[in-house]
Amino acid sequence: MWAFINKLRSPKWFYSISAKLQPWFWAAAALLLLVGTVWGLAFAPADYQQGNSFRIIYVHVPAAFLAQSIFVSMAISGLVFMVWKIKVADMAATVMAPLGAAMTFVALFSGAVWGVPTWGTWWMWDARLTSMLILLFLYLGVIALRGAFNSRDSGSRAASVLAMVGVINIPIIKYSVDWWYTLHQPASFTITGRSAMPMEMWAPLLIMVLGFYCFFIALTLMRTRSEILRRETNKRWVQELVEEVR
Amino acid sequence: MAFSSLNEFFAMGGHGLYVWGAWGITALLMLVIVWHARQERSQLLKSVKRRVRRQNAHSQSTQVPVNSAQRDVRNDA
Repeated sequence: MWAFINKLRSPKWFYSISAKLQPWFWAAAALLLLVGTVWGLAFAPADYQQGNSFRIIYVHVPAAFLAQSIFVSMAISGLVFMVWKIKVADMAATVMAPLGAAMTFVALFSGAVWGVPTWGTWWMWDARLTSMLILLFLYLGVIALRGAFNSRDSGSRAASVLAMVGVINIPIIKYSVDWWYTLHQPASFTITGRSAMPMEMWAPLLIMVLGFYCFFIALTLMRTRSEILRRETNKRWVQELVEEVR
Repeated sequence: MAFSSLNEFFAMGGHGLYVWGAWGITALLMLVIVWHARQERSQLLKSVKRRVRRQNAHSQSTQVPVNSAQRDVRNDA
């Protein structure tokens, strides 16, 4: 067990193992997103109330899932970095933040666009929408805080702390639709429980969600490797590795 | 297939702008993210290579006196 943890500490080990994993996640993401897109846009039946505008769900829900999952992953990485001083965890947290912010933006944007035909408004200061907007600001705060220090280590620790504190917002987002009376509909989709949606609508959504998760994993592996190159430029193994690539 | 014609598919029952707008922005953003990650990686590889080359050049330049001395000898001959 300790041997394994010590291996995880080594950016070199991470760099080689992620190279093997990465193509599988990219391939899975491409396949799932392609199948999910075609199925969701062209083959899933139209909703009896919302008509075809409901198809926005296939980008809205996966993006919203990812926005929250990435924040939790970032907070866990921050904790791992603070407790065990594992640098790779901090590098992963660094690259997760912009993707999380992008996914939060996608969830908010697609939700706003969806709101126009269904609610008649693109924005409401509703509990779910407001807590998602706070999530976007938390992401931007984490990114800004990381860059606000002269020493990288101080920035990393500040960003980790903000991520760990900000994770409080995640259960608020999740239960906002139950705790407050909101315009936003309650969860129509769960991975574990039975769903209210018919299979022909639900299956493409599951595929899209899995596709988005594979995309997140693939991109995080890729960009963490880049972050290793950036921070370990002076290490002998990085320089030898570059020689081999040429 | 939920649509009977291609026109119907693009119209999305009058909600075309919303559906295609939401999907379009999502797809565009994801493509930009992937493009940026690739760009970032190739830039970093290049900069590490440049650094290695500079270091090699530096370590060679310390050997230059030997080389130039040899060349001088050859020139004299």
